[in-house]
Amino acid sequence: MIPSIPQNPLLLAAYRVYVGLFFVYLAAPLVVVSVFAFNDSQFPSLPWNGFTWDWFFGDAAPRVGLFHDGPLLKAIGVSVLVAFFVMLLSVAVGTSNAFLFEREAFPLKNVAYVLMLTPLVVPGIILGISILVMTNGVANRVYDAFSIEIETLRPGLVLVVLGQFSFIATIATLVISARLRKFDIGLEEAALNLGASRWTAVRTVTLPYLAPAMVGAGIVAFLMSFENFNTTLMLVGSDAPLTIALFTRLREGSTPVLNAVSLILMIASAVLALIAIALQRDRRA
Amino acid sequence: MARRLGFYLLLAPLVVWLGALLIIPHIDLFITSLQVKVRPRVYELGFANYAEFFTEPLYWNTFARTALMSIAATLLTLLVGFPVSYYIAKLARGPARAVLFVLCLLPFWVSELVRTFGWMILLRETGVVSSALQWLGLTSGPIEFLYNDAAIMVGLVYTSMLFMVVPLVTTLDSLDDSYIEAGYDLGGNGFAVMREIVIPHAMPGIVSGCIVVFMLSLGNYLTPILLGGKDSLWFTEQIYSQFITRFNWEQGSAFGFLLLILSSLIVWTGLKLTGQTLGATVGQGQANR
Repeated sequence: MIPSIPQNPLLLAAYRVYVGLFFVYLAAPLVVVSVFAFNDSQFPSLPWNGFTWDWFFGDAAPRVGLFHDGPLLKAIGVSVLVAFFVMLLSVAVGTSNAFLFEREAFPLKNVAYVLMLTPLVVPGIILGISILVMTNGVANRVYDAFSIEIETLRPGLVLVVLGQFSFIATIATLVISARLRKFDIGLEEAALNLGASRWTAVRTVTLPYLAPAMVGAGIVAFLMSFENFNTTLMLVGSDAPLTIALFTRLREGSTPVLNAVSLILMIASAVLALIAIALQRDRRA
Repeated sequence: MARRLGFYLLLAPLVVWLGALLIIPHIDLFITSLQVKVRPRVYELGFANYAEFFTEPLYWNTFARTALMSIAATLLTLLVGFPVSYYIAKLARGPARAVLFVLCLLPFWVSELVRTFGWMILLRETGVVSSALQWLGLTSGPIEFLYNDAAIMVGLVYTSMLFMVVPLVTTLDSLDDSYIEAGYDLGGNGFAVMREIVIPHAMPGIVSGCIVVFMLSLGNYLTPILLGGKDSLWFTEQIYSQFITRFNWEQGSAFGFLLLILSSLIVWTGLKLTGQTLGATVGQGQANR
């Protein structure tokens, strides 16, 4: 509160209530998802039939818990695999882009910078279909010309990784650039004066300084890949990542096992997100 | 010489990334949208796929509806989010401030699917809200809150909130308290100070938030499908069904391109109206996440 400004206590109280209600609105869906993971019922809805761990550990139909649900566990594995590669690609390209935009001057740099940002303002589903149309076109032409079928260019995990990478790389670039901008170039020059080669100077001085941002960008990339739906939907083949598998199940009608997966996801993302936020704090300091 | 080599090594990933995954795919998408089928496996160039969009009322009605609902969702998100952002930036003090801000961010690290699932549990006929109303004696029977436009709106506003609150808190935070005090000292009331000082200062944040929220609502698929049900009539659903269900990629590409044009047009207008650049708004907002 700005102390010098007179406040009507009644208005202020109403304002506080509003902010309180806002946080109830934010929390409500997540709370109900978590609570119904423990409901002793076939459906994630009221009435409350008492507490159970069945939706995590149940091993017989109709109560197959998360840890015995083969397809769901496999979907989690697929998501982790995809997110891992998206993370590696995004951090690598993001670091390279950061050096390019912060250190180099070249013609059309502004155009390149705006182009680098555009994936953030292209709807995800359009990124998905455009990559689908292109790769499929290439695969068809190769097949017509050489009668060779290139499986990796058909819908599947490789395309999912590329599709997600196409916009997550922008985020990684921004996060890593922000830290590189604050780097004192004098430190690198000192290393050069002391006889280090350019590459040695970057590797032993600049990259360690960038490490928190690279780890932070990696976590952000992993989370964004893990939760991506729109782009993935258009590029997915027979191996469904978790969000696609959950979507299919939700449309078929859900059991509380979906709540159990959601709860585990929430805990994992919250932990990773808090680490990422802590790293960004460190960066600002 | 080594310096030039280093430059090209840094340039290569950017060129490959943007060329192969952004520029060429979108050119391909546009070319595909111009392909008109005359016989099986025989195509010629033309605008028939676009003409189909304008002659079939279902298509452009869905398009207009998606645009209007997205605008409404954007305004609603701004209205709901602004007071909360102002509270966090200007009224909360000490650790409460950081905690409230992180609490605002956390839900959005959870998959959109999980959040939407939460709203389904709350709003469905056998859901929490309906049961609570019955328990309170406000209604005699269960009420279905799902599968209507209001449910879509609740979901869209929820899902977009982060992208509004973060830029708003950032810009409001940079407004020096003494300007607000000066406004009051000069005899302004709360409303005048808000209109003359706070909102003009927050404009970059408002624009950046609105642009991202609008784009995300327009391109949303999950929320309208799961909360709006069969009659949600969202344009992304048309694109999906042309591609996956009907396997008419040429028509789907035309739809995709139209959505892209609308989305880009709104982003461009928003930036022009306030004299800002993409780098200053979207770039900053995302880097601050």
